[in-house]
Amino acid sequence: MKQFFNNQNLDQIRQFGTFFGLIALCLLFTILSPYFFTTSNLLNVAQQSSIIAVISVGMTFVIITAGIDLSVGSVLAFSGVVMASVLHAGLPIPIGIIVGLGVGFSCGLLNGLLVSYGKIPPFIATLGMMSIARGAGLWFTDGRPISGFDDSFRYLATGEIFYIPVPVIIMIVVYVIAHLILTKTKMGRYTYAIGGNEKAAVLSGINIKLYLNIIYGIAGLLSALGAVMLTARLNSAQPIAGIMYELDAIAATVIGGTSLFGGKGTVIGTLIGALIIGVLRNGLNLLGVSSFIQQIVIGSVIIGAILLDTNLKMKKN
Amino acid sequence: MDKSCVLRMEHISKRFPGVLALDSVQFDLFKGEVHVLLGENGAGKSTLMKILSGAYEKDEGNIFIDEHKTEINGPSHAQELGIGIIYQEFNLNPYLSVAENIFLGREPTILPGIIDWKKIYRDAQELLDSLNVDIDSKQIVETLGVAMKQMVEVAKALSLNARILIMDEPTASLSNNEIEALFKTIKKLQTEGVAIIYISHRLEEIFRIGDRVTVLRDGRYINTKPVSDLTKDEMVKMMVDRDLDNHIPKVKADIGDVVLEVENISVKDRLHDISFKLRKGEILGIAGLMGAGRTRLAKTLFGAERIVSGKITVDGIEVRMNSPRDSINAGIGLVTEDRKNEGLILDLSVKQNVCLPNMSKFITNGWINSGKENQAVDQYIDKLNIKTPTRNQLAIFLSGGNQQKVVLSKWLCSDAKIFIFDEPTRGIDVGAKTEIYQLMNQLVAKGVAIIMISSEMPEILGMSDRILIMRNGRIAGELSDSEASQEEIMNYALGEAYEAVL
Repeated sequence: MKQFFNNQNLDQIRQFGTFFGLIALCLLFTILSPYFFTTSNLLNVAQQSSIIAVISVGMTFVIITAGIDLSVGSVLAFSGVVMASVLHAGLPIPIGIIVGLGVGFSCGLLNGLLVSYGKIPPFIATLGMMSIARGAGLWFTDGRPISGFDDSFRYLATGEIFYIPVPVIIMIVVYVIAHLILTKTKMGRYTYAIGGNEKAAVLSGINIKLYLNIIYGIAGLLSALGAVMLTARLNSAQPIAGIMYELDAIAATVIGGTSLFGGKGTVIGTLIGALIIGVLRNGLNLLGVSSFIQQIVIGSVIIGAILLDTNLKMKKN
Repeated sequence: MDKSCVLRMEHISKRFPGVLALDSVQFDLFKGEVHVLLGENGAGKSTLMKILSGAYEKDEGNIFIDEHKTEINGPSHAQELGIGIIYQEFNLNPYLSVAENIFLGREPTILPGIIDWKKIYRDAQELLDSLNVDIDSKQIVETLGVAMKQMVEVAKALSLNARILIMDEPTASLSNNEIEALFKTIKKLQTEGVAIIYISHRLEEIFRIGDRVTVLRDGRYINTKPVSDLTKDEMVKMMVDRDLDNHIPKVKADIGDVVLEVENISVKDRLHDISFKLRKGEILGIAGLMGAGRTRLAKTLFGAERIVSGKITVDGIEVRMNSPRDSINAGIGLVTEDRKNEGLILDLSVKQNVCLPNMSKFITNGWINSGKENQAVDQYIDKLNIKTPTRNQLAIFLSGGNQQKVVLSKWLCSDAKIFIFDEPTRGIDVGAKTEIYQLMNQLVAKGVAIIMISSEMPEILGMSDRILIMRNGRIAGELSDSEASQEEIMNYALGEAYEAVL
């Protein structure tokens, strides 16, 4: 038994647990609703989950370093409206997207600088950025949405490649890259090391300031990518977009088994976490459960996931 | 003096995982005396006092208070029994007033929950006045100096009717005037019948205020004698006079050229004018009491402290140590004192820990090359005989000795040619200790140079080719292995020999 609990087994059990949770949820909704297990509905779930899923990747990196990023929703809104105004100015689509991503990356980088050089707790630094980016977006647009884009831009939300919606493809590409970075590169290894034990990481010669800056920058960049996807889908960039997205992203990450204490987690887990939230919303909608009650259910799932983690941690010690 | 015995501790034993911290120790205390508890780092003084103050539970033995057999069930019970302890780090809330601190948790009240402010300030002031100290009970503790904070602690203990007062190195951070004031207070307490257990390394002080001395060594009781019957030399001898069994397998290596030269290094308020040379194949031991600056020196050489002045040269080339990365690149590896918090990332695997300081070695076209990593790690697991089921085992599940070997592997893997060991065998069982010593022998045989910080005399004397002794952030003395003895080292560490030189 002791041998069994040794090693990463517990973490693996946790990962399978989340996966089976997702399967069980799908089974449940399949039984309860004839509309759930259809190709179109499942693709719909994947598409609806894709934006939160993409943002959650950045959140996972940040949380593995034992940090948190509360600004993702506001950064999404701000980079969305900047990109939209560039597109409305008649500049080519790639330029607009690059500017949008640049705004997101810069906001994230600023978070990183505040955390690494400013030595401000991530919670406070990104709380500040949450307000700053939101305000900047509202100020920039005078509070009004920027709407109406070319079909070629909207293809990013409405298009399909081999019957698979483009947003789902973007999501998959992001996850593959993130997974490879986290498991196969120096930066990934350092991400775990910083979150696992910052002091020991410093004494192993890791330039933790540099890597924190990059990681928060990536979180901002992925929020901006979320903005591209959302703007294309809604055909409108809104300064009030993305409110509460940070909570969904944190929830997906935590449900997926990433420890808020840092040093542990996988993006695959986060993907499952994001899908669990997506399936719950979709299934409850199909069953006609009010959105108020949906919030209660999702909150309970988050707490349940954390309770599970805490218990596993205690067992290990 | 009234010779009634207020405290008697008999056959006290305390075991921690892997060590017997106290082995049938005895101690007694008369009313109104100052009884000095003397011993090296790790002799068991703190453990004994923690048992007395209820912070630890004893495994064996009896405690008699006023000749009544008593079981001490925790810190609050110890307080009720009249035992007060003043730690080196004060337990005061810096943002509350002196009076609030003294009566914290037992504030006088007018109505339930409503503090009687007049009474709390008046009572506190009376206590402070009785100690002849010039403190206003309304003052905020943060604004007080160290000596005054200490007096607040004393007042707090007295307000709890302490009849036995434990003072742990009370003069460590006091100026001469403050020490005089403290001694006056101690004398006054004595005349009021308070018995004081006084822990200090400053022998001069012991002669000034101590009545009797009890010496502990390696968790054992050595002797109790009146201070007036002893000389300084005799005290030092009692502290260190252990048989040096030769189970330490030192193998002398050929000593070569200078690899590291440190010239007049200073770190603000902590290290002053440190200079020494380290040669290939040499083990340079660094001895000293806790707080002498040894760990600070190790961190400084490893780029983790800001150097204000001085120069570090590695292989004849001046190196700026602005970060651990600079030191690692210069070929230095630090095996920290605190493995779990500074040496390892416990949630990473053996493999991931070993490869961490030198990841670039295992990167091919931007990707981690697992094959290379595995090969390297397996080699160290084999060579150092690391006991782990697989290279993917998390470091948290290894024993202390094996964790230490993983830390060693980190620096072997980063091709370090200068190893700094800070307390290399702390918390490691005897068998694994010998293995660590043998690994050090193998390292120096290959031409590696070692700096070894240690509080264990047998280790320092057994393994070092040369010994530096630090005191108050300075190098207080240097001894070759032929002239070094426990007494000699202790003299320098305590400051006797150093002051004689001045």
